[in-house]
Parts: sequence; C-alpha cells; structure tokens
Amino acid sequence: MSSDGRKPRIAVFKFASCDGCQLSLLDAEDELLAVAGAVEIAYFPEASRRMEKGPYDIALVEGSITTHHDAEAIQRIRRQAKTLVTIGACATAGGIQALRNWHDTAEWVRLVYAKPDFISTLKTSTPVAEHVPVDFELRGCPINKHQLLELISATLAGRRPNIPTYSLCIECKRRGNICVMVAAGTPCLGPVTQAGCGALCPSMRRGCYGCFGPMENANAPSLASQFRVLGSSRDEVERAFRSYNGWAWPFRKVFEEAPKP
Amino acid sequence: MTPADSAPAVTPGVSRIDVPVLARVEGEGELHIRTRGGRIVDLKLSIPEPPRLFEGFLRGRHFMEVPDITARICGICPIAYQMSSIHALERALGVEAHPSIRLLRRLFYCGEWIESHVLHIFFLHLPDFLGCQDAFEVAAKNADAVRMALRLKKLGNGIVRVMGGREIHPVSACVGGFYRVPRKEELEALVPELEWALAASLQAVSLTASLEFPDFEQDYEFVALSHPDEYALNEGRIVSNRGLNVDAAEFEEHIVEQHVRHSNALHSVIRERGSYMVGPLARFNLNYAQLTEKARRAAEQARLKPPVRNPFRSIVARAVETVFACEEALRLIAAYEPPPLPRVEARPRPATGAAATEAPRGLLYHRYSVDENGLITEARIVPPTAQNLRRMEEDLWSYVPGLLGLDSAQIAWRAEMAVRNYDPCISCATHFLKLRREDG
Repeated sequence: MSSDGRKPRIAVFKFASCDGCQLSLLDAEDELLAVAGAVEIAYFPEASRRMEKGPYDIALVEGSITTHHDAEAIQRIRRQAKTLVTIGACATAGGIQALRNWHDTAEWVRLVYAKPDFISTLKTSTPVAEHVPVDFELRGCPINKHQLLELISATLAGRRPNIPTYSLCIECKRRGNICVMVAAGTPCLGPVTQAGCGALCPSMRRGCYGCFGPMENANAPSLASQFRVLGSSRDEVERAFRSYNGWAWPFRKVFEEAPKP
Repeated sequence: MTPADSAPAVTPGVSRIDVPVLARVEGEGELHIRTRGGRIVDLKLSIPEPPRLFEGFLRGRHFMEVPDITARICGICPIAYQMSSIHALERALGVEAHPSIRLLRRLFYCGEWIESHVLHIFFLHLPDFLGCQDAFEVAAKNADAVRMALRLKKLGNGIVRVMGGREIHPVSACVGGFYRVPRKEELEALVPELEWALAASLQAVSLTASLEFPDFEQDYEFVALSHPDEYALNEGRIVSNRGLNVDAAEFEEHIVEQHVRHSNALHSVIRERGSYMVGPLARFNLNYAQLTEKARRAAEQARLKPPVRNPFRSIVARAVETVFACEEALRLIAAYEPPPLPRVEARPRPATGAAATEAPRGLLYHRYSVDENGLITEARIVPPTAQNLRRMEEDLWSYVPGLLGLDSAQIAWRAEMAVRNYDPCISCATHFLKLRREDG
C-alpha cells in the first residue's frame, strides 16, 4: 500500500512473444488471489477486460520489439510506468524471433505470407532495453513464477529483488546431478547460463540450452571452444548460442566483434 | 497497444464499433464492425499481433531442436506444438516409438488439456456469462468456484511438470520419446489429486451447463482427428461431418490458406467448401461415442448431445473434455510401465513428414522436410486458431445483426464473447507457413 493509502497499480503489456511469461502469473495458482487482492490490476488484457489508463506503479513487459507500432508503444508505456520490468527472454534479449537479425527478414516474410506487402514488420527483433531504460530484467524462457512473485513483492517493498545472477552449474550441483559435459561429453550451456530454472535439462541428462540467458560475466567464447573440443562443428556451436537468448551480447560475441561506439 | 487507445470507441450515429484490444484471449486481436441503416456493411477480426516467422528460422535447425523451438509458439499449449512436430518428424524419419512412450504422450496431452481448458473456462470465458470483467471479479462473488478452478489447473500443470520439468515449455519430449521418463511412483503420486479433480470437473460441467446461452445455432462443418480405438488426441485421421476423411499427409490437398489484408494470421478453408470449425465442439460432435462413461453421463445430464450447433455451448464441451482428461489420465497412470529406453535414436535421412494432433483449441498440423544431415529444409505449421478465424468472422456476421438494438458497449461485449467461444490463441495464429494459393 502506498503512502496515500491506495493499492499499487500493476499493468502487463505484451509485444512479440508466446504469452508464456504473463501466463506465469496466472500459473501462480496458490498465490494468485492474494496478489490480486494486494494490488490493483489496472491493465492485463490476457486476464481482464478492464483496461485502466496509467500511470502505473509497475509495468511488466513481455515480448520483443518487432514493429514500428510497438517501437512507439514502448515509449508511451515507459512514460506511464514508475518501474518498468521486462519479463522473459523476448523482452530482455529479443527472443527466438531475434534469429531474424542475422537473416533477410523480407525473404522470410515472403516465405511465410502470400502477400508480403500486407505485412509491416521491422527487420529486427530487439529487447526493450534497446528502446527505453529498464529498471529490472527478469530472465527466462519462460520466467520462473516464484521469481516473478519475488520481483513484485520486492518492488512494492522498495527493495532489490533477490534473484541469483550466478550460473546454472550452481543449481545443478545443488541437485546432486552428475555433470553431463564432464561425464558424457554432452555440450551444455550451463556454465554461462543464469540460474533460475532449477537445472531442468541436466537433470534429464541433456545439456542446458540456455533459456535463462547469459549469467553475469559469462565467458561464452571459452565455453564455445570447449564445445569444439568435444567435437561440435562450427555450425552446431552457432546454433547452440543462437536460440532463445541469441541476441544477448555475451552470447553474440562468440561470433561477433564488439560494435564500434 | 496501450490503454490510451483501448476503450471501445463509438463514432456518433452508432455506425462503428471498434474493440481495439480483444481482452482475455491469448495474443492481440482487434474487432471492427461497421453498420449503415441497421445493417452490417463491414466486419473484420484483425490480427495485429506481430508475425514471428517461425517457418523461416526453423530452416537450417537440427530436427532434435525442433520441439524446443515450436514450444515457443505458444505458452498455453506448448505440448501440442511439441507433439505435432515430434509426430511429423518421426513419420519423416521412420521412427516407431515404444507403446509406453505413446501412453506417456497421451498422458502429457491430458495434463495440457486440463490446464488449458480450465484456464479458458474459468478465467477467459466464464466472466462473460456472469457479466464480469475478469476472474478476479468472479472470485469476489463466488470464491469457491475460482479456488476450485485454480486447484484443477494446478493439477493439470502438475501432470506436465512431473513429465516435463515445468509447465510452460517443458524440456523432456523429443523425437523418439523423452529425454527422461517418469518412474511409476512419480505418476502414482498424482492419483489422489486426480481423483479429486475428476469430481471437481464433474461440478464444472454442471456449473457451465447452468449458464444462460444465447439462442444461436449455425450449420458448421466440424473437423477433428478420429481414431478407431480412442478419443483422438495424438493420432488419427482427419474427418468431418461432411465427408472429409484423410490422412494428415493429405491435409494440404484439402485445406488451403488465404492471406487477407486485415490479418497477420492466414485464414484456412476447405477447398471448394469454405470455412470449418476445429476444437472441443468439433471433437465432441465427431467422437462423442469414445468419451469415457463418466464424461458421457455428465454430458447427458448437461443436456449436451451431438450435434451441438450453438458455439456458446463450447464452454460445456470443454468441461466435459476436462472430465474425460482426468479419467483418462487415471487409466493411463494405472496402465503405465516404464519403457526399456526413454527414447529410440532417430537417424537423419532426406524425407518429408506431416502429422496433426488435437491441441486444446483444435487440430494442429505440422509438416517438415529434413536433409541427410538432419537439418530442416522446409517447415509448415497450421495452428487451430488460423483454421477457425474465417468461421469466427462468419459467426459474427450472423450473430451481430440480432444485437443491433443494443448500445455499442453491449454489442462489443457480446461480439467479444462470441469470439471467445473459440478460445482463440492469437500468438499461435501469427506464425505461418508457406501458402499455396488458388487465385492469381
């Protein structure tokens, strides 16, 4: 509750994405009614027909920016939001649709649509932070609903959310898994990926595919060399780093020079 | 889309009704209705949701990456996307999954049906019938019903989590089987909650059946998978009540897609016949006899008998299918024996394969071509919402004229309700496919 006694106002926005990250809020089945009681859900079209105007205390933004319309809309949202938080890989790293950034988007549009001139889309899919200042980025494809609840309560309490920035390997060790890369030679993005999923893939004896994106200070080029030692071809390494968070710079730099300022 | 442009706008003279953001659907849709002299002159369901071009970037990826990628088309029904792509790739590569794997896939699908159906019934559709803006308002009037829904949905998600690690974009399913299969005890632990869920879903049938339905019927062509031995989920022939009866490999010979200016999603039609409906009502009408006994009895008590032609009753069909999914999940868990290996190895070869499965919102078709290195050379995905889009618009053309005496806000709300009959998943519908055109 803010000092004037009103409930904090939350808004949820969506751009190019699968809806999975905002669904995480509805999937918080045990806590959902408590959250709905503690805040005013002012704008959340996936869940409600009520669509109140800003300003909002927290704007949760899902999805990447892929159209002119969305590039303008994110500016309006930023102006109306006290705290702007991106949720998920699309909003924080451009998402799977950022694969277009390395290709000819116009060709893909022609491939998919009979009348490409009906389609208006940018050549790129970019994270929200490339367009407006972002207060916090919640990682994951999809995000972890417990982290989302922590983020909402921390923001309302005016403190920094307690969300780990260390690597997935720490979670994996805590689960007592045998390392798939050391024991089975399976390429695994765990060493450069931020924790948060509970090391799901290595727990199923497959390599992590990086859906939580790069951890803090990730040394992705070094891991890429290790993949080559394990026998991966250059193309395989490229595909491993170019997936749900491929446009995030720590993963991009495996194949690219730093852009000139 | 921001709230500044989201309130239903009415031009003076009541000639235009715009709903710039369709609420309680997955993804972004818009509805525009124009009338003149008490008649509709134009009606469009627009899909401004940005295109995400999955068919483009699936090219060049390895077939083992495909189920992880296609899951990202939709957060509500990722399993449907994983299953259709896995079946299509297995058909291309000649992989025969172990019978226990087949059972697990069916169970996986039951979990997704429960989670998705309950979300739609209680959170997206029921508020319309009760005149509420959302489920939070419903909870203020009937907290028990919403708590029951949350617990049911959690159980559906629980089934998916046991098998796939997490409910959204699970990580276990792959070509040939699963990376890890559950132990029998892990599935058995779900049984007590499933037994509760079966009873709760029966209550959901009576609750939805007691709602007031608009007096509105249409003559639909219903299309669904049909299997000789079971209520079809993962496998079967594509059939309709007007004589369609084909293998998934023949889908594109019979169903064509049209690209219309106002939509980033394509419209599907049956060649030379036009629109059709997929989803729970189509499955219920075509496969009624194969529902479990409890589900059939619940339907009878709800006076839901095929052919059901009132699309607003799809909410009851969803509840009946939830009963079915709970009962079927219990049967599958009792019958489960872990396979000797979690998966069989699939060897790449140049080939093409197509398959369809029943996503919660209807038939989902995938086709892939693979080269000798296992890389995808062509992909095509036709989601259920795209198949229903033309039919949704036609429903509105028939339904809205009867509403024109009401004020604009009422018309907008009722038209939205008619769209929500289809549980449209617009994020799904904007990832398209190469189009075969009939016109010039």
